[in-house]
Amino acid sequence: MGRTLSEKVWDEHVVRSRQGEPDLLFIDLHLIHEVTSPQAFDGLRLAGRAVRRPDLTLATEDHNVPTIDWDKPIADPVSRTQVDTLRRNADEFGVRLHPLGDIEQGIVHVVGPQLGLTQPGMTIVCGDSHTSTHGAFGAIAFGIGTSEVEHVLATQTLMQAKPKTMAVTINGSLPAGVTAKDMVLTLIAHTGTGGGQGYIVEYRGPAIEELSMEGRMTVCNMSIEWGAKAGLIAPDQTTFDYIEGRPEAPKGADWDAAVEHWKSLRTDDDAVFDEEVVLDASVMTPFVTWGTNPGQGVPLGAAVPFPDDFDDAQDKVAAEKALEYMGLTAGTPMREVKVDTVFVGSCTNGRIEDLRLAAEIIQGRKVDPDTRLLVVPGSVRVRLQAQDEGLDVIFKEAGAEWRGAGCSMCLGMNPDTLEPGERSASTSNRNFEGRQGKGGRTHLVSIPVAAATAIRGTLSSPADLEPLAQPVTVGSN
Amino acid sequence: MDAFTSHTGIGVPLRRSNVDTDQIIPAVYLKRVTRDGFEDGLFSAWRNDPTFVLNNPAYAGGSVLVAGPDFGTGSSREHAVWALQNYGFRVVISPRFADIFRGNSGKAGLLAAQVDEKVVQRLWDLLADQPGAEITVDLESRTVRAGEGVDAIEDSFDIDDYTRWRLLEGLDDIGITLGHEADITSYEAGRPSWKPVTQHA
Ligand code: SF4
Repeated sequence: MGRTLSEKVWDEHVVRSRQGEPDLLFIDLHLIHEVTSPQAFDGLRLAGRAVRRPDLTLATEDHNVPTIDWDKPIADPVSRTQVDTLRRNADEFGVRLHPLGDIEQGIVHVVGPQLGLTQPGMTIVCGDSHTSTHGAFGAIAFGIGTSEVEHVLATQTLMQAKPKTMAVTINGSLPAGVTAKDMVLTLIAHTGTGGGQGYIVEYRGPAIEELSMEGRMTVCNMSIEWGAKAGLIAPDQTTFDYIEGRPEAPKGADWDAAVEHWKSLRTDDDAVFDEEVVLDASVMTPFVTWGTNPGQGVPLGAAVPFPDDFDDAQDKVAAEKALEYMGLTAGTPMREVKVDTVFVGSCTNGRIEDLRLAAEIIQGRKVDPDTRLLVVPGSVRVRLQAQDEGLDVIFKEAGAEWRGAGCSMCLGMNPDTLEPGERSASTSNRNFEGRQGKGGRTHLVSIPVAAATAIRGTLSSPADLEPLAQPVTVGSN
Repeated sequence: MDAFTSHTGIGVPLRRSNVDTDQIIPAVYLKRVTRDGFEDGLFSAWRNDPTFVLNNPAYAGGSVLVAGPDFGTGSSREHAVWALQNYGFRVVISPRFADIFRGNSGKAGLLAAQVDEKVVQRLWDLLADQPGAEITVDLESRTVRAGEGVDAIEDSFDIDDYTRWRLLEGLDDIGITLGHEADITSYEAGRPSWKPVTQHA
């Protein structure tokens, strides 16, 4: 019988396999950041252990770094200790680090692909649940806890029970103005937040193949939001073109050997998945969340649901609690929900294509006077590229704040947080209670919805905007 | 890690589903570089509410948390497990756990016992009727027990064999893996030369 893509990648990494025990898997790339690593390095030190493969390890600072005044010492002493600890650990254990101020600094899931370190057929882990992002390249990539970080540092392996496989097939083509983010939010509302539990998911079908690498990363990024262990997409010419020429991509004869292997990374025609979900992209619309988990979403054109709309008793209770927390009345059209802050950024939507798309909608317009727009590039490289293309000027002229690179308001560990009761439209991936600051209310949205919402001050899509006197285009390449 | 065979302690009913890691411990509390002291952040948003279960003196000293389905969804932060342990919890009972949370619990020595949804409902009812009642969780026989007489609850819980064995023995994963170092070395010798590295000679 044939094998699925994820089974092929898994099998290539098995160091040791015994009946009744998890497999011991080799890890090709271990990404590290300041929040989930200090206790792991401490464990190594206590046991007198070294990092087995510093050459397969990369660290950067992203979760708690400031996005203003990043050239000054970090003001919050606890954050500073955490960053200093990472620097000391990287130095002591010989790990490559891109610290604040370095040109390669940024959100760990933006930095890996951008350097060309993320490649098809790899196993990639990081002490961060959105490691699933890297699956867009046909890699098995997943988040791990700090004990596992220590395990990978010491052994370059992980013990893992083999997950089941699921196919998510998305047929048709996305309509104009509907993005990868809308696609994945629609999927999560369809499956629920636990729908992917225990599975490695392969996203496939024409609508997935038509996505750019950046769109594919957006989809894979949110795999964890419906509970999947990992999500991946078979590599194709789009993947190879994205990797070729990046600093850490294979070169010359190595490139040819790599591509030849990568081309074999496809699910065989006779392979069988344990589970399958099929959706049609052509009927998808801009999609937004109304509740406090990523599965509580509706089309932008719909209204806030009533708890009684849900059949399941738990879902009813969850909806009641969510509406109360979110300060929403059932039946209110989503388009009438007024937003205080719009956050454009994160490892879901903080890459250059995202910023270009946002700028295209914003150019020639002004941010609503009662609304704040925060634009936070995913990495320093993204920031510099955007500045080369003049996107920063477009954002600033519209009245937005143009910030330094990092996770920022995605999780509110640095000073970029919502106030209690403040409402955001956010291009990030989690709308949990208090995620963006205690009492903050988050609506997850796509880039076009974020941009249009910033202009109108209520949840909106670009179709709701007054046409400009003169149409504009953005970006030189 | 300490071995875990059986534990008896006060049960704490957390009548919520989808308790995500941002509820268990918000990101602002993750800035410590040690493994202890995270109890302050545990369920911090809810602890301001005087009616929240952890503020009820009847459940003081509780060590067995009984939660609704999809406990621990969201972030990979092992701090969520540490916060529960630092507060005094040894066991979490739920009908369904998020994968990463379950994995982290096993590594850190917190028992994540998966039971039928009906069992959770019965435990909730019991703990509401008799606040401060104890629950026994026996890893050897994989059973949960609580209450007495006609209302007594006894049922089995799920945990994978390997995690159960490691918890019973109190084994450290890294030590086990380093016992297979020869396998790792021979695997490394066979990796293709074009695989990327972060440091160049
Ligand atoms: S941007 Fe948000 S989701 Fe992504 S790594 Fe940072 S905190 Fe996690």
